Amino acid sequence: MKLDFGDALNLALREEMRRDPRVYCIGEDIVLGLPFGVTKGLIDEFGPDRVLNAPISEAAIVGSAFGAAVTGLVPVVDMHFADFVTCAMDEVANQIAKSRYMFGGQLDCPLTLRMPYGIGKSGGGHHSNSVEAWFVNLPGLKVAIPSTPADARGLLKTAIRDPDPVLVFEHRALYRVVGDVPEAEVLVPLGAADVKRPGRDVTVIATARMVHESLEAARRLAEEGVEVEVVDPRSLVPLDRETLAASVRRTHRVVVAEEGVMRGSAGAWLAWVVMEDSFDELDAPIARVAAPNVPIPFSPPLESFVMPAADDVIAAVRHVLK
Amino acid sequence: MSAPGPELMVEMYAAMLRVRLFEERARELFQRGRIPGFLHTSVGQEAVAVGVAAALRTDDYVLSTHRGHGHLVAKGGSLRGLMAELYGKANGICHGKGGTMHIADVSVGYLGANGVLASGCVVAPGVGLSIKQRRSGQVVVTFFGDGAANRGPFHEGVNLSALWTLPVVFVCENNRWASSTAHTRSTAGGSIAARAAGYGIPGESVDGNDVVAVWDAVMRAVERARRGDGPSLIEAHTIRWVGHFEGDPQAYRGKDEVDEGRRRDPIARLERVLTEHGRLDAAHAARIRESVVAEIEDAVAHAEASPLPRGEDALNDLFAYYPWAD
Repeated sequence: MKLDFGDALNLALREEMRRDPRVYCIGEDIVLGLPFGVTKGLIDEFGPDRVLNAPISEAAIVGSAFGAAVTGLVPVVDMHFADFVTCAMDEVANQIAKSRYMFGGQLDCPLTLRMPYGIGKSGGGHHSNSVEAWFVNLPGLKVAIPSTPADARGLLKTAIRDPDPVLVFEHRALYRVVGDVPEAEVLVPLGAADVKRPGRDVTVIATARMVHESLEAARRLAEEGVEVEVVDPRSLVPLDRETLAASVRRTHRVVVAEEGVMRGSAGAWLAWVVMEDSFDELDAPIARVAAPNVPIPFSPPLESFVMPAADDVIAAVRHVLK
Repeated sequence: MSAPGPELMVEMYAAMLRVRLFEERARELFQRGRIPGFLHTSVGQEAVAVGVAAALRTDDYVLSTHRGHGHLVAKGGSLRGLMAELYGKANGICHGKGGTMHIADVSVGYLGANGVLASGCVVAPGVGLSIKQRRSGQVVVTFFGDGAANRGPFHEGVNLSALWTLPVVFVCENNRWASSTAHTRSTAGGSIAARAAGYGIPGESVDGNDVVAVWDAVMRAVERARRGDGPSLIEAHTIRWVGHFEGDPQAYRGKDEVDEGRRRDPIARLERVLTEHGRLDAAHAARIRESVVAEIEDAVAHAEASPLPRGEDALNDLFAYYPWAD
């Protein structure tokens, strides 16, 4: 069936809430499904005990989800905008990520944090950032980052069933992207990268919106006879190193493309992984596509300047082919 | 005000003594270098931990603080497991990964001490939500200090719990000091109990050195929570006999405050009451002390004899499910 990314997530939530009565959703404005429609209509099927419209209290939303998760429920938190997680950073970083470890494995924390994020439509500095690297850097969290409706549905379902805390990064520019979604209930495992387009010349490792930009770049480069392989890790923690390494063995040249800023990013980690696993296979230094080291600005020409796109991927591919 | 029965009062006396002697022993072991890290003990504050725990069922939950040994001992946690954890031993209750400030004993509902102040205040409503959804009739108590009441999570947690009528009891252990900063210099309005009014829930100030008063206030709050009438806030005024941390020179306060604390010693106070009512005599008190000392010495011997973890054990316990080798 054809579904957009947002509706695929909505389907995943419905399926998991039907399957397991412990699953509930909590967040700001989720009864109406604002701002991106992902939770729309859940209230009609599951009622107010399982679709909890919370006050604007991010620490209490995330902290309470932790408390519920360790005592028998399975919360799915809608962060509204991933940027707002800063208001609940103690809860994520010190409580959710660390408790199982600090307590010697006494507690399981089956909790999902849905993180709508990313550049677009002049969201400005508090509504546009790619913050996934913060969480890749926090041991104790799993981090999924789907790029297609099918992956979004399959990864969210896996996240909800996982006994550990999982953050699912949902790029807000993808919500209305339509794709094929299996009729059957298909789970996409964490730690399983996907080759979105095969190619023999250059591997582009890309996440979320940059998968689509990289596919566009690959189409344009194919016209010149350059065959780009686009690999989507789909989860950053755990990371499917083997699929990345297998691709590098085919192409021997790598570009890592992400939307986060260049410095200290998830892409920097991916580039290091490739270097460590595949150094002898590389015929050129790894190139990176990322945003410059500034917050995301408001005005359209400024925003578009910092937003990595297909042209940047093409330039990077040409660079590694030099 | 209701009164606890005589057996319960004697049990509370023994429990306070257990907390006191455990903490005193831990201080001594820390000073001798047997316990690593930083140690925050609750000497002088035993009536709060014990008054609360005595009003709870075994399956009720507690969220604790950086000064949490007493809460765990009072809730019935294993002294062996706790002491071995303070030592950083492999068979400590958290396998040496938590230590004094990050300890939990889920088997007695103790969901964790916390190194970050007021963090439990936002976790509590989620535990309350889970209790409500599961219709288990449990309650959750979250302890926090006077200093923590100035953090946002306190307000967010009280608001959410009140809004959703959750079975939570907020217990502020006001020992007058947030580390070295006086309550009077950090807290606008003075009363933390009075903040409850803003959220439309009961707020009560009690003498935190009177275990019966604490027990009574918590009993009423717990009954209210179990009835489904929502949270309460209790501010228990007490006095920290010791420094913020073990080794704190306490240049910020005079000796008179500790003297006041000792004059209002919650254990001596209950002992007087029990003696006056013929519920405890010197021989009985001595037997209780002897038995508590034996339990603690058993825990110390256990901790001393226990093995240290292997360095590579640092890599375990992070996830429940992680078959990947990335």
